Amino acid sequence: MKHATRRAVGATFSSLTGLAAILIIVMLAVILLDVLQGGVGHVTWQFLTEPPSDGMMGGGIFPALYGTAALTLLMTLAVMPVGVFTAVYLHEYAPPDSRMARWVRVAVVNLAGVPSIVFGLFGLGFFIHFIGGGLDRALGYQELHWAQPGLLWASLTLAVLTLPVVIVSTEEALRAVPLDHRTASLALGATQSQTLMRVVLPGALPGILTGAVLAVSRGAGEVAPILFTGAAYFLPDLPSSLNSQFMHLGYHTYVLATQSPDVEATRPLLYATVLVLLLLTFALNLVAVIIRTRTRRKAANAY
Amino acid sequence: MPLQPPSPRIKMESRELTLRYGTKVAINKVSLAIPERQVMALIGPSGCGKSTFLRALNRMNDLIPSSNHTGTILLDGMSIHERSVDVVDLRRRVGMVFQKSNPFPKSIFENVAYGLRVGGMKNRGELAGRVERSLRNAALWDEVKDRLEDSALGLSGGQQQRLCIARAMAVEPEVLLMDEPASALDPIATAKIEELIHELKSTYTIVIVTHNMQQAARVSDQTAFFYMGELVECGRTEQIFTNPRERRTEDYVTGKFG
Amino acid sequence: MEQRLAGSMVAPQLTPAARRRQLREKAIAGLITVMAFTGIAALVLIIVFIAKEALGLFLDPHAREEASLSKMFLAQPTRPGRPPAFVWQPVSSVPKVSMIPLFIGTLKTTLVAMVVAVPAGVAAALFAAEFAPRRLRELLKPVIELLAGIPSVVLGFFALMVLASFLQDTFGFTYRLNGVVAGLGLALAIVPVIFTVSEDALTAVPRSYREASLALGATPWETAWKVVLPAAAPGILAACVLGFGRAIGETMIVLMASGNAAVVSANLGDSVRSLSATIAAEMGEVVVGSPHYSLLFFIGVELFVFTFVLNMVASSWTKRVLRKLTGGAA
Repeated sequence: MKHATRRAVGATFSSLTGLAAILIIVMLAVILLDVLQGGVGHVTWQFLTEPPSDGMMGGGIFPALYGTAALTLLMTLAVMPVGVFTAVYLHEYAPPDSRMARWVRVAVVNLAGVPSIVFGLFGLGFFIHFIGGGLDRALGYQELHWAQPGLLWASLTLAVLTLPVVIVSTEEALRAVPLDHRTASLALGATQSQTLMRVVLPGALPGILTGAVLAVSRGAGEVAPILFTGAAYFLPDLPSSLNSQFMHLGYHTYVLATQSPDVEATRPLLYATVLVLLLLTFALNLVAVIIRTRTRRKAANAY
Repeated sequence: MPLQPPSPRIKMESRELTLRYGTKVAINKVSLAIPERQVMALIGPSGCGKSTFLRALNRMNDLIPSSNHTGTILLDGMSIHERSVDVVDLRRRVGMVFQKSNPFPKSIFENVAYGLRVGGMKNRGELAGRVERSLRNAALWDEVKDRLEDSALGLSGGQQQRLCIARAMAVEPEVLLMDEPASALDPIATAKIEELIHELKSTYTIVIVTHNMQQAARVSDQTAFFYMGELVECGRTEQIFTNPRERRTEDYVTGKFG
Repeated sequence: MEQRLAGSMVAPQLTPAARRRQLREKAIAGLITVMAFTGIAALVLIIVFIAKEALGLFLDPHAREEASLSKMFLAQPTRPGRPPAFVWQPVSSVPKVSMIPLFIGTLKTTLVAMVVAVPAGVAAALFAAEFAPRRLRELLKPVIELLAGIPSVVLGFFALMVLASFLQDTFGFTYRLNGVVAGLGLALAIVPVIFTVSEDALTAVPRSYREASLALGATPWETAWKVVLPAAAPGILAACVLGFGRAIGETMIVLMASGNAAVVSANLGDSVRSLSATIAAEMGEVVVGSPHYSLLFFIGVELFVFTFVLNMVASSWTKRVLRKLTGGAA
């Protein structure tokens, strides 16, 4: 082929790849614009602070916001210590070529690939029936008290789901702490745990926070794991104890979208709920990105 | 009985020390006595083992999993590898300053106080007193006394290195190990460090690794020449530089190689 | 020479302070190691406990009769005079528990998703790695991250509300919610992972490969197609495997947009039901301990095992890529 023809053919194909990229950008834009256009008029202060009314066709989504917040708070409390210290083990304590470290890493990678519905089954089979059932028997409850869907079990289920996110972020953060600092600390007569607490973890804090924010973002959006471990659609009261059911932004979206008796009437509410959920997830991801960029800039300036 | 000047006490000593990383020998059967309250310089070309030897003195080599050794290292006559020796205590008695200054991303005060805090000192007044004393001894007090709470990372390279020296001295070690402390600094900062070393030797035993022979000649009382993992020669600095016994030493100090 | 008595070094044993300190260090190290063990424990517990609930299928005689392995995988007789068929209808007087419609439904949606997402994702990654001007590349990466951050329930919502109507108007599907709609929704979910992993694989190809090719007179496209892409092929394959695994296990999108009809047909435009959506849809109304309950857990076991195997394959492939590219790098 003549060179000019080859160039033309090449240019065509490379433009096609550009087209694919543009297609993806366009799809994202379509999604965002659709949600924005459908929901922006309805996200008002009342919407955010009032409970639903008129059989879910009016009012607001405050209970869903509250439920989502409570859920992710409990989840964070559960996942952060375990995730951070697992990463600390992998990066600071495990001997090189440690078999256990290799297994932990394999387990984490696989945990990240488990379908979210399977986590829901795990929550049901392990937390609710096994642990919850055991608790009920041990505490002498006659009717189901702990062995039923609730805030605690749903948060723990989500904690297991987001564990890989926290571990990966924390390890990245630990790697970013220069080895020099650890060496200097040890040479001054500090023990390994003192070095960890006084030098390494404070230095890794931004990355650890990023991990927490990313975990919360995942937790707020995942619906499949909480379908039968605690989420409910219409609750008259806010969840008051650890074994209460709760409303949830994502679950609310799912039910409104698929089981609404009057699609047109609930449409504004549905779009507004989706918009709030999207804004929340994006805001959280943005915070994570900001922390990350600021840490990189600070590290670049310090040396 | 006429009084005799006491012969210099030996503070630290290695006997037939061989150190390996896995199977690779880094230092081979080195026996070296380090006299108290003097400056001993370890010189030699790159890769000759002088830094490895230095790090063995405060067991920093323990951090490298493949390292193993035969022979002994004694501090005040006791082996530092014995089971009854807590390595944390050892490192408080034998401090170290590194080639590249590595202040923690904390305030100047907290950097110097670090060793004291991990040692259990909590009283703010006590800490402040010790921090001031260390900073004065490191000739840094006047420059930083008004900004102790500022980040240590805002100091210049030379100041940071003096901060690291102050940090090491705050725990009041008996021996100070310095691994090429001025190699990353400009001549003025280097001169300040050398002046500091001169003042410090009245209180501390100092072992300094340097690839700068003029510095070794200026600063040290004793010099040990390492080559390819072996201790070739050791003696008074003037003797090593003006009248070395070994041919290899003479070649090195006259610049024929290295 | 006088031996100076010095601190903790004289006594042949550790000082109490030192001993306490060493014990505390050991305790902390032990605690941290135990924490790390939870990662492994979680994975093991997951498979153990979902298998435990599924075990009822094999232990309970009533369940065994109702939902035997042959009933799950082989065609069962239906009405007299009609050929045996695969039917999933566990809630009925005669429970029909064939997994085949669910497998077919899962495969259909995954197929549509892969057919759309792999070319789009890989092409976009190629664009970002080889041809894009810096501005566009800087734009593309945050866009993909944004897309990746959209919760799957929102993508399912989008597929249900917008895509379905659009596609029905354009292509005239009989059923508004079908395999194609769900598949396209899935494609939106897996494009980010395919793009990201492919782009990593492409940028990991050493510059020297490209420079050599261009110096020999090849056009940028020829360089990308004949040199860079093949070099990154294992990584791109791994990206596709990851996307595939994600598509198989994804629940909300399929639950909302597929029509949820367990049908055996070759027509992509028919409503489908996937394995994960079945669990999600039916678990809410099932009786604990019933054969149906155990059956749903059994589906969960199938999903777990499948994605587990897929993950092991993908990660060993990625390791091979890294070794090949960094081991042989100029």
